Amino acid sequence: MSTPYYVSPEQIRQDKEDFVRRGITQAKEVVVLEFRDGLLMVAENPRKTTFKISEIYDRIALAAAGRIAEYEALRVAGIRESEIKGFRYYREDVTAKWLTNLYSQHMGAVAQAWDAKPLEIELLVCEVGTTNAATNSGAQRNQIYHIAFDGIYSEEEKYAVIGGRATTITEILEQNYTDGLEIAAALQLVTETFRTVEADTEDDYEITAETIEVACLEQTAERRKFRRLSTEEVATLF
Amino acid sequence: MLDLNDYGTSDFFQILKRRHPELVAMSNSPDVVSSAHSSASSLRSYEGTTVLAVVYNAGVVMAGDRQATEGYQVGERRIQKVYPVDRHSAIAVAGAAGPCIEMAKLFQVEVEFYEKTEGMSLSLEGQANFLSHLVRSNLGLAMQGLIVLPLFAGYDLKRQRGRIFKYDAVGGRYEEDDYYAIGSGGKDARTTLKKRYTPEITRQDALEIVAEALWDAADEDIATGGPDLIRKIFPTLYTITEEGVAEIPEATVEELYRELISRL
Repeated sequence: MSTPYYVSPEQIRQDKEDFVRRGITQAKEVVVLEFRDGLLMVAENPRKTTFKISEIYDRIALAAAGRIAEYEALRVAGIRESEIKGFRYYREDVTAKWLTNLYSQHMGAVAQAWDAKPLEIELLVCEVGTTNAATNSGAQRNQIYHIAFDGIYSEEEKYAVIGGRATTITEILEQNYTDGLEIAAALQLVTETFRTVEADTEDDYEITAETIEVACLEQTAERRKFRRLSTEEVATLF
Repeated sequence: MLDLNDYGTSDFFQILKRRHPELVAMSNSPDVVSSAHSSASSLRSYEGTTVLAVVYNAGVVMAGDRQATEGYQVGERRIQKVYPVDRHSAIAVAGAAGPCIEMAKLFQVEVEFYEKTEGMSLSLEGQANFLSHLVRSNLGLAMQGLIVLPLFAGYDLKRQRGRIFKYDAVGGRYEEDDYYAIGSGGKDARTTLKKRYTPEITRQDALEIVAEALWDAADEDIATGGPDLIRKIFPTLYTITEEGVAEIPEATVEELYRELISRL
């Protein structure tokens, strides 16, 4: 029997991270930001049926940057686990925090397995709060969780960005974001940011109603808060 | 831990049966059936009764009374028997109240689960067929007296009209073109509907005959609850059209009944 080479845990982790970073830097961005009526999610995505943003449960949506196939499996698993939990207990017992932990455990386990490649995706798990969260103590605030490929997650406020140029976009949003934007203004802020970033790159990706995917979680909606905006609706908001 | 093995199926019922059989009372589990020597109907449980649906020119009206009985006693005065399923369909249930509510809830989750995972709605016909499987899965409990009979109605977007499906206890699925009513007061409600129904009826007329049919059912059948003007409890009415499922506000239903009473 041959003795395996010794590789330090730091080295293994670094290798995996480099591998994922190479993939993620290619990925187009998804932005989630809080607006007056809830959470707005915008992705650069010219495709009409393969989505990067999707509905998970009554108040919860999932957005991803990276490999679509890997995201798809996690999306469906998330819906399934949420529906089972909601059926078993109560619909309000399904929370973004719980779902984030579930994804985090899974992604962490895959990233640490010696015989598996880490998932080349980043996720945003979003949950819309209830109205008057600022004034009513019993009310829930909007929640945004950013999960990295290795399952490590952080809670974000106001806005969050995933994808290759996330840092640049975050910097621009930091300067321009204001609380209580209306949906059209919030969408404009994101598209202007995308345009600024795209102007610096070589491929001329044009930001129009046709080339972005837009969805929102609205506090005022009935039970299912998620709504995907059609191309026509987005064009009207422009 | 997240289990990705169930990826291939959009059938929530199947996943639930495999992963949490304890949550699915209605499966043809042989031990449940054989171990029950005495009929479960000798247990005291709530029974829900009259529900109905009427096709009108823009869709379908679905309604139910609010009473559940426990033998000769009133068990519950405000029970819900009509449940929206997706944007264009609703289910109404009659029979053993507990399993009825469970089936309606499971059916709603099933349809929504399909829609979210597949990215498109399950067709009305597909929903009607699936409900047939659910009713058949309840056969074990039905044999012991815990029968669940649903009435299913919806707006068929492809065919541009309201449709009604009724079921028998073994899962048989039958379509009705104009109206139907089930439950202990179902026969009485059907008699009224038969006399008053005309094809291409308007929304207002449909609401009126539905209110009247439930009134007659409550008049003849002791298990069906009529409008309770003192407690302000009224039957629930829903319309299902191309625009979606809408509950008729309680004030409007009260108005329908005050109008009906003034004509008696």
